Amino acid sequence: MAKNTDLPTRRRVLDCGLWAGAGLLWTMSGGIPRSSLIGKAAAAPTNASALNFIQISDSHIGFNKAPNPDATATFKALLDRLSVVNPRPALMLHTGDVSHLSRDAEWDTAQQLVNETGIETHFVPGEHDMLVDDGKPFFARFAPRAEPGGWYSFDQGGVHFVALINVARLKPGGEGSLGAAQLEWLEHDLNGRSASQPLVVLTHIPLWQVYPPWGWGTEDGAQALTLLRRFGSVTVLNGHIHQLLQKVEGNVAFHTGLSTAFPQPAPGTAPSPGPMKVDPGRLRRLLGVSSVYYVRGQSRLAIVDQPLGA
Amino acid sequence: MRPIALSTDAVALMMLGLVTSGALFTAPKAGAAGPASEATVTIDNFTFTPQTLKVSAGTRVIWINRDDIPHTIVSSSGPRAFKSPPLDTDERFSMRFDQRGEYRYFCSIHPMMTATIVVQ
Repeated sequence: MAKNTDLPTRRRVLDCGLWAGAGLLWTMSGGIPRSSLIGKAAAAPTNASALNFIQISDSHIGFNKAPNPDATATFKALLDRLSVVNPRPALMLHTGDVSHLSRDAEWDTAQQLVNETGIETHFVPGEHDMLVDDGKPFFARFAPRAEPGGWYSFDQGGVHFVALINVARLKPGGEGSLGAAQLEWLEHDLNGRSASQPLVVLTHIPLWQVYPPWGWGTEDGAQALTLLRRFGSVTVLNGHIHQLLQKVEGNVAFHTGLSTAFPQPAPGTAPSPGPMKVDPGRLRRLLGVSSVYYVRGQSRLAIVDQPLGA
Repeated sequence: MRPIALSTDAVALMMLGLVTSGALFTAPKAGAAGPASEATVTIDNFTFTPQTLKVSAGTRVIWINRDDIPHTIVSSSGPRAFKSPPLDTDERFSMRFDQRGEYRYFCSIHPMMTATIVVQ
């Protein structure tokens, strides 16, 4: 990629941590991100031709410890809320850690609850889904038509969706990684596409460097971003860190969704990234799903984060 | 108590190719008097303690996960010399180190977690 010396001055960078509990409408206009609390602005575009879809993440079915003794119940409660979302979501994206321990019973439960929504759903694995046989059981069940490494892409409603795997073959001391074969596939997949087509990229571990001391980043994520940068609208949806975090860099917007199971601490604010112990009354404000809206002709996708409890 | 220690033991030994008839229950090798020596590595706050454990050959090393999140114990070498199943809270994994050497390992779920067993 040619080096653009005035890139840093042109590039607007917003780096903000947005705490769960503040349901947030997130829009971009003219390169300036704006956010407002749900209820103080129209929460969703009502344009009938808009594509709207849901991001769910980190359901960790099987988790049963503090602060959430029943991760299945909170997952179900969040999915139940989707039945009243209007207009009905066109699809759902699960950004990984479907299960807690890669057990068939955990995946069975998740799959059954997702199927009950009747919403077409696409998955990427988290590291908790890769504990058995390098993730083969996960891919066979949740991404049977994916490439051999588990990655895939598809088009819907004018948007090109790309599902990338960054939880395979994690190396000691390392972060998430995509690997040369997947990057080569991505380059091929994007080759020839119009830069005006909106892209949505999903990976489990954040594709950007959130907090390397906890491994919250993807070591070769920058190489993927180099391939994505020519597109006018790129939305990267991640999970893994169980909290809302957003960042906009040039045309690329990064968003990590809430878990439906348990919250994790903000980077560096606790001795480890283990589950945050919050009292039961507060838990449901820290779990949630995100709705994403794409309206043709608008350069940005709007993301509305919806906590389970008010 | 669930028989998790025994079953993970068996997995580790099979992966090492050390399972010979009765190997799980035989007495320690000659030279190690009395009961087999044991050493423990605990996992708290996404950290193996001690970071470097020095043991003599023939010692059984036991890992105990005291976190409320699962962890694994996976050899850093390739091909992997050992790999535990995921250990949930309070579950254990153990294996005996008979050969001298330095054994680096990590948690394949949280790869920032690394540590070493030195067998003297």
